[in-house]
Amino acid sequence: MREKLLNLSFKYGALVVVVLVFAFFSFRLPYFFTYSNISDILNSIAIVTFVAIGVTLSLAVDGFDLSVGSTVSLSTVVTATLMIWYQMPLYIVLIVPLAIGAIIGLLNAFLIVKMRIPDLLATLAMMYIVGGIHKTYAQGYTIYNHMQFPDGSKAAGEMDKTFLLLGQGKWLGIPISVILLLIFVVLVHFFLTRTKYGRQIYVTGGNEEAARLSGIKVKKVRTLAYVASGVFAAIGGILFASRVGSGQIDAGAPLLMEAVAAVFVGFSVLGAGKPNIIGTFVGSVLIGVLVNGLTMMNVQYFAHDIVKGAVLVLALSVTFYVLNRSKT
Amino acid sequence: MSLSPKVLEMREITKSFAGVTALNGVDLTLEGGQIHALLGANGAGKSTLMKILSGAYGRDGGSMKLLGQEVRFQGPSDAKLHGVHCVYQEVDAALVPQLTVAENVMLDELAKPGAKTWISPGETARRAEAVLERLKVNVPVKRKVAELSIAEKQMILLARILSQDAKVIIFDEPTAPLSGAEAESFFRILHELKDQGVACVFITHRLQEVMDHADRVTVMRDGRVVYTGPLGDAGGIDGLISHMLGKTFAEEFPKVPAEIGDVLLRVNGLKRGTKVRGVDLEVRRGQIVAVVGLVGAGKSELARLLAGADRPDAGTIELKGRAFRFRQPADAVQAGIVSIPEERRKQGIVIQDSVERNLSLPLLSQLSRLGVMSARRERSLAERVISALGIKTSSPKLEVKYLSGGNQQKVAIGKWLERGAEVLVFDEPTKGVDIGAKSDIFRIIGNLAAQGKGIVYFTSELDEGLGIGDRIAVMVDGRIAGVFERGEITQEQALFYASGGRREQLS
Repeated sequence: MREKLLNLSFKYGALVVVVLVFAFFSFRLPYFFTYSNISDILNSIAIVTFVAIGVTLSLAVDGFDLSVGSTVSLSTVVTATLMIWYQMPLYIVLIVPLAIGAIIGLLNAFLIVKMRIPDLLATLAMMYIVGGIHKTYAQGYTIYNHMQFPDGSKAAGEMDKTFLLLGQGKWLGIPISVILLLIFVVLVHFFLTRTKYGRQIYVTGGNEEAARLSGIKVKKVRTLAYVASGVFAAIGGILFASRVGSGQIDAGAPLLMEAVAAVFVGFSVLGAGKPNIIGTFVGSVLIGVLVNGLTMMNVQYFAHDIVKGAVLVLALSVTFYVLNRSKT
Repeated sequence: MSLSPKVLEMREITKSFAGVTALNGVDLTLEGGQIHALLGANGAGKSTLMKILSGAYGRDGGSMKLLGQEVRFQGPSDAKLHGVHCVYQEVDAALVPQLTVAENVMLDELAKPGAKTWISPGETARRAEAVLERLKVNVPVKRKVAELSIAEKQMILLARILSQDAKVIIFDEPTAPLSGAEAESFFRILHELKDQGVACVFITHRLQEVMDHADRVTVMRDGRVVYTGPLGDAGGIDGLISHMLGKTFAEEFPKVPAEIGDVLLRVNGLKRGTKVRGVDLEVRRGQIVAVVGLVGAGKSELARLLAGADRPDAGTIELKGRAFRFRQPADAVQAGIVSIPEERRKQGIVIQDSVERNLSLPLLSQLSRLGVMSARRERSLAERVISALGIKTSSPKLEVKYLSGGNQQKVAIGKWLERGAEVLVFDEPTKGVDIGAKSDIFRIIGNLAAQGKGIVYFTSELDEGLGIGDRIAVMVDGRIAGVFERGEITQEQALFYASGGRREQLS
């Protein structure tokens, strides 16, 4: 009986919590349950969800990527400088940060797969390296249109109008970033559940030795997962630049924690017991709803971290308690 | 020299694991100043008995008296406080590599309740030297343990045990990792310990060592003691072997007739580390080559080389006349060599995945189009394999962790059925499998051979190897000691060779 209850709460717990939180805010706040607010919530979680998709992929191969936050920061700043400092055409503005994300992923994979450094430590080091690079590159400045340099001269460029549509535009009343988010959630979900590549990723994460002996090239799979993680973080950074219309220093720092929380909330969604995209999306929504509701209730901004941290602890407790029980 | 008879008496010890009896009324008496050899085939119950003696396991029934006093150890550290010590094969696990020899010898002193807070390095070194002196071991006490050889580490461990007044010391295959000369110096120390009145229990598979060094012998089989007495009365190596084997119940080895064809796999001078030291092997179409040997002979390591799981230091693997260098298992699978590894749950199957997903694992490309998996084709593959091998599962969607050991093994074999492999490498496929499933597995392997596949079957169960193999290769210490045709060799002879005996010694 107790066993059943536990499994039920594991399976539906996260969804129930989302619904309860949603209901709570809807009763307390008249404006909460409106189309424009829900659209706001989705819009606000778009960036973190892209980062969380990357975290999902690295976790699915039983790895971990702490460097995603720094990758977001770097890619935001690079995107902004490409337009403002160098007036590059749009396609370069998009390709360069994506390539940088992929390179960071490759470096992570080299350290973890080739040098066999534990993933947490390797990506912790990369987090600092990438974080340092982005501040050095931007010389500590936020990058904005026609920004003034220390020598008095001004940057010639400004953010591309088309580019700003990515994060600020709407199509048929739906924010474009939300449309992009939904498309990617569906695509990556399909990729993980229906393709042989997804199967290889999960098997590698589930039992690397068995996968290897079955003829799966596990090193390649793990490398690609880290590359994907870097690329999705870079997408998050591009969206960030487009959303705020400038290149903020340390933009990605808070996103790491939120993305990880989202993924672990997602572990238990519908009893998956492993990283999965739908779960990650639900986790993101939960965090988005909480932040949105708390803001509207005028809870101090700094207190949000306490709530987010508590959500992560709760999700981790449920996940690891149930997973470790079922192992024995 | 204090000859205190009956240091330890175990009476009617019983122990079972999850309903399976491991020990069934075992008596064992140890006397001080004696080397007592404990023998038995794998699974006879030696380790279980020794784990009870050293406090690692509790006993279900029976009594244990140490120096006439009834004892029940709460754990290994409790047993140590009573003077009962165990030296496992992995000596590294018991030492701290970055500390010096002296510090390691005196390690237990440091951990003792009421130990001094301030430690004088000079004092530690002096006392350690005194202990090493007693054993006549010559190792500088200031050296780091990490720099020592395995044999030296073993001596340090013994010195450490001796520093705390040991009454009983159990040696679990102490000579397995040692070279000939190193083993000699080990035995010198063993005799030192004996002369100091310690009761030494000595587990080994090398019968010659027993003949040379033991005073008393106890032979176990199927959880019982079948012989115990002075070495002189045991009837020599032949007598010991027949005690160890006894009358095994007639197990069925269904043999499917298969036509033996051309050479498929040829292995020349394969080497890796100290475990595989130059192996030559040949497997023909339709042939089952059983590689038999005791635990630790290097069988699993050889199997891993064949499967591409490890890279050889030297030697060649040829398949159908073409030489291959496997960089990873994927290369071996591509070439046509697939493996059913020993650690089924860790290496053979993905325990939390369904039967269907496990079976399709090596066939993902065949079951997908443009990368997208076809659920229909995956299901029909699973159904074909399940019925072909008689896997007992309620549904292809059932997770394999709910299957019995035998059925899990069939899944580990079944995933290769449609992969078009030429050579299948089985490593202890019947481990932890019940009798019924065992004969199923033999039949499956026989059928594969009849289809013209080459089979390499690694086992430490000699009767099994002799029952299923068309040829029997006996492996000892990383080498093939001899290759025999089916029926050319008896179990007794196989055990003789597997224990390190040479052909010319056998009359």
